[in-house]
Parts: sequence; structure tokens; C-alpha cells
Amino acid sequence: MKRAFPILAVLTACLLIYAGYQALIVAPTDALQGDVYRIIYYHVPSAWTAFLLFFINFIASVQYLVRAKPSTKRAANWIALAIGIVGLVAPFIPVVAQQLPAGMRPSAIATTIVLIPVFYFAIGKWFPGQALDVLAVTSAEVGVVFCTVVLVTGPIWARPVWGIWWAPGDIRLTSTLVLWLIYVSYLMLRRFSHSAQTHMLAAALAVFGALDVPLVYFSIWFFRTQHPQPVIGGGGSIDPRMLQVLLLNWLAFLCFAFLVCWSRYRLEALHREVEEEQALESLNGVPQ
Amino acid sequence: MSSLWRLTLATLAKDIRLEWRSKDALNAMLFFSLLVVVIFSFSFDPLAEESRHIVGGLVWVAFLFAAVVALNQTWARELRNQVLDAYRVSPAPANALFLAKVLGNFIFVSLLEALMTPLFVVFYNLHVLGPAWQLIPVGLLGTWALVVNGTFFAAMSVRTRSRELMLPLLLFPISIPAVLGMVAGTTAILTGNNPAHFYIVLLLTYDVVFTTACLALFETVLQAE
Amino acid sequence: MNAVKFLYAAYIATWTIHALYIGSLVRRSARLRRQLKELDESSQR
Repeated sequence: MKRAFPILAVLTACLLIYAGYQALIVAPTDALQGDVYRIIYYHVPSAWTAFLLFFINFIASVQYLVRAKPSTKRAANWIALAIGIVGLVAPFIPVVAQQLPAGMRPSAIATTIVLIPVFYFAIGKWFPGQALDVLAVTSAEVGVVFCTVVLVTGPIWARPVWGIWWAPGDIRLTSTLVLWLIYVSYLMLRRFSHSAQTHMLAAALAVFGALDVPLVYFSIWFFRTQHPQPVIGGGGSIDPRMLQVLLLNWLAFLCFAFLVCWSRYRLEALHREVEEEQALESLNGVPQ
Repeated sequence: MSSLWRLTLATLAKDIRLEWRSKDALNAMLFFSLLVVVIFSFSFDPLAEESRHIVGGLVWVAFLFAAVVALNQTWARELRNQVLDAYRVSPAPANALFLAKVLGNFIFVSLLEALMTPLFVVFYNLHVLGPAWQLIPVGLLGTWALVVNGTFFAAMSVRTRSRELMLPLLLFPISIPAVLGMVAGTTAILTGNNPAHFYIVLLLTYDVVFTTACLALFETVLQAE
Repeated sequence: MNAVKFLYAAYIATWTIHALYIGSLVRRSARLRRQLKELDESSQR
């Protein structure tokens, strides 16, 4: 297992270099924005990666909270299953399909929603007990790093293209900022709390954060409809060649994120081992 | 269910009695609130026309800081007298304690707001252009939003280093949609430019979601430390 | 073109952030390994 790491690191580096080359040289220049638009090949994949990591943290936190009692664990399993079934079927029902935003295929939505229980059960199986908490802190920390990249590259992109660093009503950037704040507060809680059950408290905070995100999104959305703001990040359809390069960069960053998470995970495991040794030593007293 | 309420009200009555006997915290908070309003009136020049657009934000920022100072006191007494340990081993539902604390904080913070509001009206020469009665639901729902999460996070912070600092660090990010609702709603009502209905619905949704979450998870937090 | 400077800035900023984080991981790992070694040595004594 450990020997795979250097090999994967080299492969990932090659992939990142290739994806970067595609982003900077091969991808066509945007008609309106010129070459500056190429920032999206770093900005958008970092955002998707950060959201994925925060999602993993949320799943791990829920798993950690419900495992305390068998009844809650069973209830949570059923809810996850229900979400999967509803998500698989609902987008194809005509009444629901009409409500979907234009351009989103039902199969894409179904796939995305089905991933929720898939992640839930996979994480529950592969990370038993305390490993859930190690996964939680890992995904939160690496998620914050990627989210920082998003928040730094966003304004750097906005300034030359729209002339402003920041628009308070820009829904995506502002929601990302709030998500970043929530997870930084999560990391602060873990650092400052020395209770025996810090992990449970942090897991509860992660659930609160997850509940907050849709509320943030809608509150800013409505605020913006009342106070029209410049839309940073653009909407509309994307050139298929650009989409290809975007997805390639996302793959490269996912591999990179995986390696960073793996390192952080090992670090956390090592940290707990050291803490255990220290506790044992203090219990045994000073050796003669 | 009724035993939950009886316990809640009993705990609330005890808290109010204790607070009333030593009015220190109450007096200090009142003076703090007055100071905040005065400082703000020096920081932001209150000319009549423009002030209406910014006062919504100013008022709620002032309320937010006053609320944090009040919330930090929430569990101090319980911590000093090992009440939390007693609660943990008793068969009493943890939510009764939580609800009592939230209601107590709600009453207290509402009192502060009721005292600060006329001061703001005076210093900023406020004249409400929209439907003034809507300020009441915005005020009540907004205060509940701050207080319910604040009481919960105060309990979370109880055994952390820098306890007083931890509370705003945890509370502010999560409260952002509620703050947006409060500020935008108040501004909408003061200026009369747009309807505040959505913000009231937003605050109501926020309150329902997070009151449920707090009640569901408070037992975990109480056991946790 | 002036705007391209922002492109370079964004790419440099991205990798700087990642480098700083990975650097902190390396530092923390080294410190923990040292602590573990010290603990092993002191328990053997």
C-alpha cells in the first residue's frame, strides 16, 4: 500500500502537467475574455473538488453521529436508501421532469442523487468507528485548502473581466465564502476543544453547516433578484472542447486531492498513535 | 410532552429569579447596549435620507454583538455549580434544559433590543416608510434565530479554550442567511422600496430548521462534555 | 496583454497555497515521527 504512493504521485504530477498544458496551450481562446478565462481550468475544478470533500465530511459526520445508537443508525440507513430510490425514479416522472431547469438531463440528476446513498454506504463500510472521524477531519482540512484556492482565484478572475474584485450578490462566490467560513469554524472547534467528545461536537457542527448551505443559497438568490448584481462566473453553454479540458483538469485535481487526503489521513492516524503512546506513558509513570 | 413543558418553565422561572436577584449582568448589558448605539452614531453619520438604507444593518450588527455578550453568560452558572453533570445523570429530558435556556436568552435579548431600538430611532431620526408592523415578525424571528443557535453553540464551547471567543466564531458563519434576512428585511421595511415577505419566510424557515436541529442534537452535546 | 498577468497570478497563487499546505503536512509529520521515536526510546529505557 505504501509503495503505491510514490508511483501514484508521479502519475498525478504527469496528469497535472498534461492537464495544465491543455488548459494553457491547447484549449481555444475565448472570444470575449481572451486568455484570462483560462483561470476557470483551475477555479472550477477546485470548487467541485472542495464541494466533494465537504460532502464527504458531511456523510462521515452523519455516520459518526448515528452510530451511537442502533436505532438511529437503522433510521439513517433507511433514509439514505429512500433518497437513492427517489432520486433514481423521480427525475424521469413527467411531472417532475418538467420542473427541471432547462439543459439538465434527468439521467444526470438521477446519477448525482443516487451517488448520495452510494457514498453513504461506501464510507460507512470502508471507514468503521474512529476511522470515520479521521476521514471527517481529513476531508474538512483538505476541503478548506481547495476552497481557499477557489476564493483566491475567483476575484483574480473577476477583476480583469468585470472590473471588480467582489460582488456581494454573486451567489456562487458568496455561498462558497460562507461554506469556507463554516468549515474554518469547524477546524477551529477541533483545535480549541479538548473535551473527550470533540469528535461528536464537530460532527454536530458539520450537520449544522450542511443544513445552512441551501439556506445561504436561497437567501442570496432572493437578495440578488431584488438588487441586481453582476454575475461573476457567467452562465450559458460552454464550448465542448473547453468542457473536455475542464473535465480533464478536474480529474487531475481529484487525483491530486486524493493523494493529499491520503497523506493527511496517515498524518492523523500517526497523531492519534502518538497521543495514545503519551497517554500510556503517563499512566505507567516515569520509567526508572 | 407536558412534563417537558413543566420542566422547561420551572427551569426558566429559576433562571429569571436568579437573574433578577443579582441584577449585575442585566445592568451591565443595558449599559453595553447604550454604548454600542452611541459608538455607532459617531461612526456612521446619521443624515436622514441615507440613514434609512444603512440603519437596518447597523441595528442588527449592534443586536448581534449584544446577543453574543449575553449568550456567553448562558452556561456560566451551570458550569460553576456542576448543574450540567446533574442533568446528565438525571432522567429529565435534556431538551427541557435547552428550551429553558433559549427562552431565557430570548426574553433577555428581546429586552435589550426593545431598549436599544428607541435609541436608534432618536440618534438616526428614523421614520419608517414601509409597513412598520412587519418589523415585529422580523425582530422576533431574527432574535430567535440568533438565540437558538447561540445557546446551542455556547453549550458546545463550554469546555473549549477561549470559550468566549469560540461562540462568535461558531455562530457567525452559520447565522449568515439569518442575518441577511434580518438586515434586508429591516431595510426593506424602513425604506419601503420592496416587500419584506420573502425575508420573513426565510427567517421562519431558518428558525424551524435550526430549532429542530438543535433539539435533535442537544442531547449529544450535553453528553459530550 | 495586461489581463494575462492575472492568469499567471491565479496559477501561481493556486500552487503556492497547495505548496504551503503540503509543507505544513511534511513538517507536522516529521515532528510526530520524532515524538514517536522519543517515546519508544524512553519506554525502552
